[in-house]
Amino acid sequence: MRPDALTPRRGFSPAEYARCLHGIVWREALRFVHQRERFVSALVRPLVWLFIFAAGFRQVLGVSIIPPYETYILYEVYIAPGLMAMIQLFNGMQSSLSMVYDREMGNMRTLLVSPLPRWFLLCSKLVAGTVVSVLQVYAFLAIAWFWDIQAPPVGYLTVLPALILSGLMLGALGMLISSAVRQLENFAGVMNFVIFPMFFASSALYPLWRVQEGSPILYRFCELNPFTHAIELVRFALYGQVNWTSLAVVGGCTVAFILGAVFAYDPARGFVRRRPTGAEA
Amino acid sequence: MNGCVAQSPTGGIEGAEATGPVALSVEGVSHRYGDRLALDRVSFSVSPACFAALLGLNGAGKSTLFSLATRLLRIQSGAIRVFGHDIQAHPGEALRLLGVVFQPRTLDLELSVTQNLLYHAALHGMGRREALKRSAEALARVGLTERGRDKVRGLSGGQMRRLEIARALLHRPRLLLLDEPTVGLDVKARADILGHVRRLVAEDGIGVLWATHLLDEIRPEDDLVVLHQGQVLSTGKTSRFVAAAGAEDLRSAFTRLTGAGVGSLAP
Repeated sequence: MRPDALTPRRGFSPAEYARCLHGIVWREALRFVHQRERFVSALVRPLVWLFIFAAGFRQVLGVSIIPPYETYILYEVYIAPGLMAMIQLFNGMQSSLSMVYDREMGNMRTLLVSPLPRWFLLCSKLVAGTVVSVLQVYAFLAIAWFWDIQAPPVGYLTVLPALILSGLMLGALGMLISSAVRQLENFAGVMNFVIFPMFFASSALYPLWRVQEGSPILYRFCELNPFTHAIELVRFALYGQVNWTSLAVVGGCTVAFILGAVFAYDPARGFVRRRPTGAEA
Repeated sequence: MNGCVAQSPTGGIEGAEATGPVALSVEGVSHRYGDRLALDRVSFSVSPACFAALLGLNGAGKSTLFSLATRLLRIQSGAIRVFGHDIQAHPGEALRLLGVVFQPRTLDLELSVTQNLLYHAALHGMGRREALKRSAEALARVGLTERGRDKVRGLSGGQMRRLEIARALLHRPRLLLLDEPTVGLDVKARADILGHVRRLVAEDGIGVLWATHLLDEIRPEDDLVVLHQGQVLSTGKTSRFVAAAGAEDLRSAFTRLTGAGVGSLAP
């Protein structure tokens, strides 16, 4: 037995980190390609909103000219960024929840016996989830193009960094929630207590000035909602502009959520909870 | 490396210890789930190039111990070291020397056999060329070369286990932990896997901790750790354990020591 084999060097080279990250993203992308149902359902949700809700709602809600728009726009055009962010919100919640709970437990074991630092593995997992959500958003944009929701061509490029940042923020939020809040055991709970409030108390479906007219309190909530800022970041970026306030909020929240998630993450929760009787303990 | 290999009835833990650090040392480990004490001051060690069986009924604490040794659970008290590297303080060094096969299947069913191996290699920071080379070697060793491109979903239970073992060895660990790896397999697949792991011990000098509740997987010359209701009841050679209990075989020795009904033990 070689003695050096028993005292591996401390730490890891940048190349090892890079290969690990690449491997995690590569696997997530492969799974995404293989799981067509997941892809289709991720697309159907925003398309239902777009094709049915927006079409029906178009006449009810007039949208005045507000930045970044320079002309009157159709309601469908207004809600498109909100739906893009919604795709990322669902993706973030789903992938983070499945990370902690049952379905991916086996895969989490595979991931966590990697010798690389755990914070790095979790961040890589976040990046991988974000990549998948960005792919989903572009697929949505492609379909929306044929529905006459067309941004300036350069917007499809400038929206990319915004999508990456918002995807990271929402993925980290999902991870933080699933680590920190014990009551949210299933997706229905997350829908009711996280996704719906975040989505409806945001600028996804209506401009905030209209909310302000109706309810100043709700307006404050919407303003404080990081999801609002994710939407606005994406909305402005889609038109080649930067909403600095939103960028600051989303950036700050991303860092805070990632730190919180790494700190709070406990891989044991999923399987300890599932076997309270200790049948296999 | 004299002595403590599975095939040799002579020698023992002591002989191997003198040559270097033990492969796995579990030192006074206790673990609670809420009010329930799952492990109670558990201490034992596994020597390099040794086949050690961790024998216990379901619920004895075997899986908890595995989760602690792989840092899936935080250690509440005590310490676990892999070749002297504390799993809590220096998980990187410890996990590099450790390969694990968990009881539940942990393969990605949607991905191909080779893709599963490459993923594991990437998690250990291995370059792609090296990973491909080692994957091909690993598949050859477990007789799955032909199946490299197939989806894991299409493999039999025994093939999946062999693949998991191949995967656990991809980063060339010096210690392999297996948690009831033969559960749910047929007789032939069980024998194949057990034989393969014993060869790893004898030929490659890998230390093995094999958790089981199946008595026929344990030989008299194997090191044995008996875990019962979270406590270590005995460590040492299986043959000595049987002799000390004044029993004629492992089954009756185990039954005598734990008071477990024969019905709760597999043959």
